[in-house]
Formats: sequence, C-alpha cells, structure tokens
Amino acid sequence: MLFALKNTLIFITVLLFTTPLVSSVASAKGVFQSRADFIGEVFPNQPPQSKVLWITPELRQQAQKILGHPLYGLRIRYHRTDHKTAWILEEIGKEMPITMGVVVENHKVALVKILAYRESRGGEVRYRAYTNQYIGMGLDSNLRLNQSVDGITGATLSVWAVNKVVNLALYYHSLVISQTDH
Amino acid sequence: MNKITLTLLVGINSIAIPQAFAETPTIEEMWRTIQVQQAEINQLKDQLADTEEKAEATVNAVESLSTAPVQAGKTTLGGYGELHYNNLESDNSTSSTDAVDFHRFVMFAGHQFSDKVRFFSELEIEHSIAGGGKGIGQNDSKPGEVGLEQAYIEWDLAANQTAKAGLFLLPVGIINETHEPNTFYGTERNNVEKHIIPATWWEAGAAMSGELRQGLSYDMAAHSGLYMAEGNHKPRDGRQKVGKAKADDLAFTGRLKYTAIPGLELAATLQYQSDVRQDEGAAAIDGTLFETHIAWQQDQFQLRALYAQWAFDKAINATKEGADTQKGLYLEPSYRINDKIGVFARYSQWDNTAGSATDSETTQFDLGINYWLHPNVVFKLDYQNQHAAGGTGPDGINIGVGYSY
Repeated sequence: MLFALKNTLIFITVLLFTTPLVSSVASAKGVFQSRADFIGEVFPNQPPQSKVLWITPELRQQAQKILGHPLYGLRIRYHRTDHKTAWILEEIGKEMPITMGVVVENHKVALVKILAYRESRGGEVRYRAYTNQYIGMGLDSNLRLNQSVDGITGATLSVWAVNKVVNLALYYHSLVISQTDH
Repeated sequence: MNKITLTLLVGINSIAIPQAFAETPTIEEMWRTIQVQQAEINQLKDQLADTEEKAEATVNAVESLSTAPVQAGKTTLGGYGELHYNNLESDNSTSSTDAVDFHRFVMFAGHQFSDKVRFFSELEIEHSIAGGGKGIGQNDSKPGEVGLEQAYIEWDLAANQTAKAGLFLLPVGIINETHEPNTFYGTERNNVEKHIIPATWWEAGAAMSGELRQGLSYDMAAHSGLYMAEGNHKPRDGRQKVGKAKADDLAFTGRLKYTAIPGLELAATLQYQSDVRQDEGAAAIDGTLFETHIAWQQDQFQLRALYAQWAFDKAINATKEGADTQKGLYLEPSYRINDKIGVFARYSQWDNTAGSATDSETTQFDLGINYWLHPNVVFKLDYQNQHAAGGTGPDGINIGVGYSY
C-alpha cells in the first residue's frame, strides 16, 4: 500500500513538472481563429458584405444526402467576390461541433481551415498537412467530392465531418454561381 | 341630353380650370413639400429597417430552434454492436464451433457539464445474455456479462492539456480505444491484441494527455493493475475489470503517438506494474509491457502492424514455464476497392510462454472482406487458418454484422 502511495506521488510530481512544458505548445482544442478574422484573411482588401443563400427544398434534399442527416436552418451565410466564395460551416464529429472555414474559387477548393475544434480526440484534422489535401478538389457528377483524402486513425468521425463540410461548401458555391450566371 | 352634357362639361371645367391655372408653387413651398416627403421617406426607412430587424430576429429564432439538434447537446447517446457467426474446426478435429453470438451490445452516454468538463461512459452486454457465470461452450444458457467499460470525468486543464479520472480504456494498441466494428477488418478482433495486450482493457485511475508539439501527443496514466492470481500466467486472465479490484499495486502507462502526416499513426506504449500478484504469493512479480504499432493509409491501401511484448519477473515461470516473456505481432494489409467494399489479409503470431525452449507459438492467417452498407453499418466475412500446438488451432469462417452510431 505504501508502495502504491509512493508511486502515486511520483506520478503526480511528474505531472506537475511536465505541465508547464507542454502547456506552451499549440492547442489541440478550442477556437483557433474567429469568424471575422477568417473572412478578413480570405478577403484582405475590404471583406464583402455577407450574403444569404436561402435553403430551398432541392438544396435541403441534396444537403441531406451529403450530410447523412437533415440540414437544419433556413439560410446559409457566405461572402463572395466574383468567382470566390467563403463559407463558415459547422458539423459534429463525434459529439461536438467542429467549426470550419472553406474557400471555393471557380468550383475548386482553395482553402480549408478548422476554426474551432471541441472534440476530445481527432484534433489532427486541424493540421495544415491534413486540410491541404482538400485543395483543388471539386464535385463529381453526383455532387460528391471527386477525390479522397488520407484519413486519421482513430479520428474517422472528425475526418467524415470535414469531408461533408467541404462537399457542402462546393455544392453551395455551385448554386450561388449558377444563380448569378442566370 | 345636349343641355345636360353641356352643363356637366361646364361644371367639370369650372372645377378643373382653377387647378390647371393654379400658380406654380414657390421655392419655399416646394422646399416645405420636399421636407415633408423626406420626413415620410425617413419614417418609411425606419419602418423598413424595423421590419427587417424583426424578420431577422424571427428567422434567427426559427433557426435556433430548428438547428438545435446539430448544436452540442448537453447529453449525448451512442453505441455499437456486433453479431457473429463462427463455423470453426480445429486442425486435429477434436473440437469445433458452430455458433451464432450477439457478441457485443454497447451503449455510450456522455454529458457536457461545461465547455471544459465532461463525462463519458460505455456500458456493454457481451454475448447477449448474462447471469450464468460460465462461458460460451460450457453449457451455459447465460454465457454473457454486463460490463462497465468506461465511466470517467474529463476536463481540460489548458488548451492542449486534458485530465481524466475514473474508469477508462488504456492508451495501448490500435483497437483498445477505437473498436467500433465498422472501423476494423475481420469479424473477430485480432488475437495479438486480445491475448497479449490484452484488449479490450480498461482500468480505474487518473490520466493526462496532450500535445508536445504538432503531431506528437502523449498519454500517461496511473491506474489499477492486473491481478494474476496464483495459477494464472496470462495477462488476459489478470484483468480485474474494476470490480472490487485489488489495488495493492498500481500500474503506470505512458504512450507517445506521432500523427503529423495524414494517414500515418506511429505509437509506442510502455506500462509497468511492480507486482501483478497484488502482494500475494512469496515473491513479487513485476511486469513491463511494451507495445508499438503503425497504422498507415495511402489512398485505398492501408497497413496495420503491431508488436507487443510482456516481460515478467522469472518467478512467474514457477506457474508456467516460459511465461516470463509473452509476445506477439501482426501484419494487416488491406485495400479499399470502393466506398462499400474492402478486402484484407492478416498474419498474426503470439506466444504466452515465449520464454520457454519449446515451441509454443500460435500463428493465424486471416483473409476476408468488409462490405459497408452505410459508413456506420458493416457486413464481414472472413476465413481463418490457425496453427497451434497439438493441432488445436481452429480453422473456418466467421461472418458478422456490426454497426455504430
């Protein structure tokens, strides 16, 4: 029993000493970038006013196919200049919503950023090495992503959440561009 | 009629003429008129803004109601399950299995107390019906068990630091923490992690985890340990499952994991327990577990490889010769043909008495297919061929269906 107590004390001591060491590195959870900062980064010269894409029955149906669950809400806000749109969307990974910023230009993904991550595991999806895999992706004829990404072991649900949001952003982009073209 | 018409025309003109010939308003009158109109425009603008504000508030209110299900709920539920059919016969034909078994029915429940404090639990029924206290194949009508596999409080100490206290899965191996059936190949979980690590393995204690730098994370835990009573030499027999568990000697587990490259996970775990006999017996038997693995996915190809080894004090050899070293490894390449279908092969070898001079190693080769009806629903079919001492290794097919949500 005394030995167990000693071991426990050693463990706690190690924790206390290592806490300052690891607390100085980049965070795995939390809000990494505000929505306003993201839009400011995407549109450095005077960000455009936000626009609204109203959710039509057709849009809702397609979004449900992409998400695998119903799309809630009445409209989607976005920012746009010419053929470039920026979307800030959320999707739950395992239990908590992941906030993501997606920029689409000429129907191709130009940028994916995880703005806030709240799950206990799977925070690797926020790494640039992971999100860069989406750059250049577009939609196939079924309105799904035309390429796949290398996933993260043990973080399948977070990977799926990012896939879905990128797919949605591409679909929304195609809608607002086609609305303008007509 | 003409008189009447004429009278009407005169009458109308007598009204219209004064207007037509009315004097042009002065600039002052026009200014006053413009000001009145401007005031009305301003008033209308205010009303319009007010209406837009109300419409915005209404839409927001409707959206906040309709989007409630996708927001982080305070309490979350989930689960997974798997039904297996095994048709196996040993090499020497002395034993066979022809059984259908709802192997696992699991329910998750979690609760978010605040942004930084949460609870998570996993309650499991194994083999469908519990209560008999025996095992499958032992003429037990209630061969299963009800188990609490996870129940812990987790809180964020800092942005990259998470602490945990309670009953939790140990950070070791590939499937110990992530074992929903749609996430791995093969109807049954692999034998190396089962017999050597031994997965699924949970203990009670305290743990911390976090990132040392991007892509390099750590876990460390102090927790209840194995209790390998006199006569037992396998780690799997030493799992106490935190049921009035002996806690004379705690165990300590540490893991480093590298995940900086998409598709790649490299990890190593070390665990030490000073006495797996929990202060019973003549001499203390300490045990050290070392485990390392790689999980690598490149496009449709995936490779999983794992090595695990226990080193116990030689005093354990008095119970079973060669039990001081127990080790195993497996290699599992797989290929995802499309979203629905994936095929795999797995070579495993393990030995719970590897310290002995006699050959006691068991090897197994698996070949199979997964069919994902939905990303969370999978059907599995595989063939296994096992070689064990005395020709007791079971060969045959396994079929399964599993889900998670």
